[in-house]
Amino acid sequence: MIRRSQRHLGFFAALAHRLSGLLLALFLPAHFLVLGLALEGDTALEGAIRWADQPLVKMAEWGLVVLLTLHLSFGLRVLVLEFMPWRDSRKAMIGLGAAASLFAGLLFLFNLG
Amino acid sequence: MTDETLTVEIWRGKDTGRFETYQVPHRQSQTILDVVTWIQRHREPALAYRFACRVGMCGSCAMTVNGRPRWTCRTHVSKVAASGGVRIEPLRNLPRIKDLVTDMTPFFEKWQTARGRFEPSATRSEPMAAIPSDDPERRIVDAGIECINCGVCHAACDVVAWNPDYVGPAALNRAWTLANDQRDGDRAGVLKAVSAAGGCHACHTHGSCVEHCPVGLNPTAGIAGLKRMTLSALLKGGLS
Repeated sequence: MIRRSQRHLGFFAALAHRLSGLLLALFLPAHFLVLGLALEGDTALEGAIRWADQPLVKMAEWGLVVLLTLHLSFGLRVLVLEFMPWRDSRKAMIGLGAAASLFAGLLFLFNLG
Repeated sequence: MTDETLTVEIWRGKDTGRFETYQVPHRQSQTILDVVTWIQRHREPALAYRFACRVGMCGSCAMTVNGRPRWTCRTHVSKVAASGGVRIEPLRNLPRIKDLVTDMTPFFEKWQTARGRFEPSATRSEPMAAIPSDDPERRIVDAGIECINCGVCHAACDVVAWNPDYVGPAALNRAWTLANDQRDGDRAGVLKAVSAAGGCHACHTHGSCVEHCPVGLNPTAGIAGLKRMTLSALLKGGLS
């Protein structure tokens, strides 16, 4: 449950950063499994790539791209806040990270077409 | 809430207890502290709460109001009760004593853990250090020095709730002002204290402290500054 005292942009950004990281961690074993197919020969890998062309899998890939950009940009945000001179840009960076993930998601959708 | 009457729920008890409901006359420019005082004087003489200055200087009247930690003497009812009544509880993350009163001992002990006390570098017989007000370090100190020790940031902080060893934003904000104070005789000691477990590196940069600080301080910025300072000191061998 999100308490009233947590309802602010900084908390939601931290939550999005954490959840996107967890979801990406769940995806990683599947990612390595597919990469590992290359060791078994091109037929196995080709089969997996063909399977990934299904619309539902493409939608999941779109989700992965958005999650990855979100996790990357919110992670960079923390590094900038903690290691660069302070500039009171906390909320602007959250907006920038969210915009970057939306942009990456849109770019992925356009490339699908 | 009507124009004339305000419905107020107040926590009665310690860790176990219940919310009691009171009807309080609604007045113009009424603060939450006014409401609590009215209840104690007219309905519930045994109600325990803490206050002193009533003007936002002493930091003793902080409570949880409708789920958010606030300084009650400067919180107008009209600001927090616009869509219903008011629910008042003690501050989170501190042991409860009775009703709305919390034990501030762990809060101030954590200031000591973070070395949040001034160590003089000169005796009183020596001349006072002349530090220009536009000195960059002095400006950093000025930006964080007005903390009133109300505990609002401590109550709002998620890391304080998760990690009992975390010293919290108020203690680290004080340490930050001392780490930048040219008159302090042991600034390296401050950095050593805040780089220990439960120090500045435990902060997750959620920013709840800066969102809720009633006097508009930015402990998140100070904690980030301490992270940079301690890293720099570590690389220079200054933390050993």
